[in-house]
Amino acid sequence: MLDKSCVHYFIQNDKHLVVDGNSAAVHVVDELAYELIKSIDENDNLHSIDKLRGFINKNPKFAEVGDEVLELIEANLLFSENLLTDIPRQESVVKALCLNVAHDCDLRCKYCFASTGDFGGARGLMPLEIAKEAVDFLIVNSGNRKQLDIDFFGGEPLLNWDVVKETVYYGLEQGALHGKTFRFTITTNGIGLKPEMDDFINEHMYNVVLSLDGRKEINDKVRQTVNNHGSVYEVVVPKFQRLVEKRGDKSYFVRGTFTSYNLDFTEDVLHLSDLGFKEISVEPVVTDPSEPYAIKEEHLTEVLAEYDRLADIYLERLKSSKPFNFYHFNVELTNGPCIYKRLLGCGAGHEYLAVAPNGDLYPCHQFVGDEEFKLGTIGQGVLNEDLPNEFKDNHVLNSEICNKCWAKFYCSGGCKKNNLEYAGKLTTPNELYCSTEKKRLECSFYIKASLC
Amino acid sequence: MKSKHIKTLTNLGLKQTVITGGCGECQTSCQSACKTSCTVGNQACEK
Ligand code: SF4
Ligand code: SF4
Repeated sequence: MLDKSCVHYFIQNDKHLVVDGNSAAVHVVDELAYELIKSIDENDNLHSIDKLRGFINKNPKFAEVGDEVLELIEANLLFSENLLTDIPRQESVVKALCLNVAHDCDLRCKYCFASTGDFGGARGLMPLEIAKEAVDFLIVNSGNRKQLDIDFFGGEPLLNWDVVKETVYYGLEQGALHGKTFRFTITTNGIGLKPEMDDFINEHMYNVVLSLDGRKEINDKVRQTVNNHGSVYEVVVPKFQRLVEKRGDKSYFVRGTFTSYNLDFTEDVLHLSDLGFKEISVEPVVTDPSEPYAIKEEHLTEVLAEYDRLADIYLERLKSSKPFNFYHFNVELTNGPCIYKRLLGCGAGHEYLAVAPNGDLYPCHQFVGDEEFKLGTIGQGVLNEDLPNEFKDNHVLNSEICNKCWAKFYCSGGCKKNNLEYAGKLTTPNELYCSTEKKRLECSFYIKASLC
Repeated sequence: MKSKHIKTLTNLGLKQTVITGGCGECQTSCQSACKTSCTVGNQACEK
């Protein structure tokens, strides 16, 4: 039987591409192969290999290409059945923690999901004690995993800088004692960044995420100081440039958000590239659809076309003296993750947890402050045993919609928080997210095809 | 057979990884750069 439910084909500029969702195979094909694959997909009679052979025999122009297509089908790389069922549930260990070290912020960005830093609760800083307990918790709950991740997040983590530093030292010390390696990441808005912080970050942080949206007027329209006084862009750009220049080839991301105010976000990505940044991630805002800056259904066509435009310019720049890396155009086609990772997705709620300043545990940074999703505390551990399993079992093969989607093994089912907000269920993805994710994947495959 | 019409870009062998298992040493996906998506397709296996 040929399974046609998960096959996707598309043309982007001069490339014809075919994705077999069930095996995650991606093929770049010529026009004739494209025509044949499309005919097979559209012709309901062609549901078995025998029928297909008959069809090819009757159409001499497909004789040669037909052999190639049949070979792929027989290798389960095209129209393949869903062979990846009954995947055993893996033992779950916690391998990453997001420490919300400061529920406070020196900015008041309009779209902040943390309600401008306080996550809807009291403003507060995480005491060192809790941060150290979090390190201990991770060591104890990570089983045999050696590489552990700790993310300093907020609010704005620089507001609790001493705790960040001491936690890093404590993590290094405890990691060495217990045979674990910590990868630290810090996410900052840059306002309070001082040269001595750059040096500490560059020495100890495996990754640093620098928040900046792009062009000055775009950035400053939504990223504002507490009294909306002065340009945030002008304060942070030189600081970020200074940090990145000293960083050498260590990992970083300049991370922007686009909203309905800048649907031409390619300009912002290019602006960030022109400022000298090479690692860029600009993502659609996740917010209540009633907000004036929300991306809504009516913006979708424009957003999708903008990704195509970005892909073209991205390729041009790759070949020029100013190449940059765009986070969502990265795709790993030969050394990609195993099936288990593809089912786990973000790992929120079981592999990845967030810690509030008072030590409360949540499934991820987006759930912090949502009492319904409180898992336990850093001192007592995870007390709610059902929720982690619910998160774990909500993977693409258990979702009616995702299981039929060609993107399932690349996307892994969408942001759980987003799903919950839009559709009220962890496993029901929202249309806006899916269309954007699929477009970004198409662009990534197209870029790969153009470079090979 | 030499392919003239089709070039396969992937070599993932997902079916095989059901047996070989996951080592779990890779980073959690959302946490690293994006904070709003769980895309895993852009990550490399660390095995
Ligand atoms: S979330 Fe959407 S794009 Fe992702 S696998 Fe599910 S249906 Fe596909
Ligand atoms: S639920 Fe969403 S925000 Fe939370 S870790 Fe997963 S993808 Fe990221």
